[in-house]
Amino acid sequence: MGVGGLATSDMVLNIGPQHPATHGVLRLKIVLDGERIVSADPVIGYMHRGVDKLFEVRDYRQIIALTNRHDWLAAFGNELGIVLAVESMLGMEVPERAVWLRTLLAELNRVLSHLMFLGSYPLELGAITPVFYAFREREEIQAVMEEATGGRMHYMFNRVGGLREDVPAGWTGRVREALTAVRRRLPDLFSLVSGNDIVIARTRGVGVLDAATCAAYGVTGPIARASGLDLDLRRDQPYLAYAELFAPGGPGRVVTRSAGDCMARLEVLLEQLEVSLDLAQACLDRLETLPAGPVNQRLPKVLKVPEGEHYAVTENPLGFNGYLVVSRGEKTPWRCKLRSASFSNVQVLSEMLPGHLVSDMVAILGSMFFVVGDVDK
Amino acid sequence: MSTPVNLPMPTLGPVTAYAPAPIRVVLNWGRRYSLWVFNFGLACCAIEFIATSMGRYDFMRLGVIPFAPGPRQADLMVVSGTLTDKMAPAIRRLYDQMPEPKYVISFGSCSNSGGPYWDSYSVTKGVDQLIPVDVYVPGCPPRPEALLQGIITLQEKIAAERITKDSIAAKQPARYAATRTASAAEVTRPLLQRP
Repeated sequence: MGVGGLATSDMVLNIGPQHPATHGVLRLKIVLDGERIVSADPVIGYMHRGVDKLFEVRDYRQIIALTNRHDWLAAFGNELGIVLAVESMLGMEVPERAVWLRTLLAELNRVLSHLMFLGSYPLELGAITPVFYAFREREEIQAVMEEATGGRMHYMFNRVGGLREDVPAGWTGRVREALTAVRRRLPDLFSLVSGNDIVIARTRGVGVLDAATCAAYGVTGPIARASGLDLDLRRDQPYLAYAELFAPGGPGRVVTRSAGDCMARLEVLLEQLEVSLDLAQACLDRLETLPAGPVNQRLPKVLKVPEGEHYAVTENPLGFNGYLVVSRGEKTPWRCKLRSASFSNVQVLSEMLPGHLVSDMVAILGSMFFVVGDVDK
Repeated sequence: MSTPVNLPMPTLGPVTAYAPAPIRVVLNWGRRYSLWVFNFGLACCAIEFIATSMGRYDFMRLGVIPFAPGPRQADLMVVSGTLTDKMAPAIRRLYDQMPEPKYVISFGSCSNSGGPYWDSYSVTKGVDQLIPVDVYVPGCPPRPEALLQGIITLQEKIAAERITKDSIAAKQPARYAATRTASAAEVTRPLLQRP
């Protein structure tokens, strides 16, 4: 017996694999009792490209091109993880200038990724306007990223031992201008998103996720922080220049919320955007005081990594992004296991969705901020 | 179980096939500038597709309208991203749902040829193994300008064509299950034996 005592039978509803609300090709098998979701089962693998296996046949320079592409909104963050892993296995020191440049580019990339979700989430809720504003800012930052790296999305700028090349002359000034422009216009986007009554009505109290479930499922990133799980690798296990940025008195801070609903997740994203802009600004200030110098190391023709294994994990825009590299002294890794943020984050959907209405499903799905390539690898 | 209804393929009527050249110019002009597009967004390239539809690049000025509610209302399918073997039946099914005359733009290296995943065990090496492609846009991912160029190339192709039943059939060689609707079984690889 279902809703209101009427005899209803369960209905299985397939969402996806090609569905606008899944932005990408996630498929959900949902069992419905009337309008209410009884159980939800994410079916993944529609974007499975088998990178774990491909890593084993690419040498350490070529791997960067593949790691770029699983979370396509955070290409720079992905590259970073693998080069950090290889560098620490080689015991390689990275020039200070490269460290700060990497930090700057990683934060700019975080801004790009967050902006994408701040545009697409309202779009899924039915508000078309914010995405245009979000993309205007994205183009602004993509322009400076492109000027330095040559790519709009897949930068291929990291190298083992540093960066591919130094940034062009006058680039830091243009980044500063772009950051100022974005910062000036962000209130427009913020008020469109968080000040919108419909967005509030559709997100507040919907899709509540508690910290214990987050921890149990390995949910990380903004989603976990919106549930009060105060966890950020930039502060807790600092890499690059984050130790200095997240030191007391520094510009870095970890944004958390306790509500754990869709609104909280959105708010975390909005506030993190500001933090990332602050961090980028601080990196720029620091870079301008650094003397000119090399940004990479000379590498041998054949790059072989000594035998051993190492797990390097970084804080990507969507959560922990880790690489377990196992080397047997060859020029390709013997095994390279990718731990991607969205893969863990999406699993929790089967816990979250039951009990909600079908119309809330879109709101919850959008607020989980996943990239399907990151889910399916 | 309901029995499938076997309707004949909708035709375009005699007008398009036998119209004199000046009328054909008008008809083609109408078709080329109202391409309702269905974005088959799969991977990274879909983001560049979205960027192309936004304010800075704005492909709507070329008459490409990204509001098709689904494949049944679309003239153009843009396949943007990596196509995997698991996804392949879906793309064939959605393509079959589109009404003739229909066009496909393969956007990005992955859908052109498999791209950086050319040696992956799970990636289809090019969407043209499943459906006929009109325009290939190279890049990984291509810049939005490249998509605009691809759209213009397609429009030039449309302007020059004469649509008849034969021309539609010729575009669909037998390996693509021709103009009949392919069943899911035809485009699904049987499951591999568990190791």
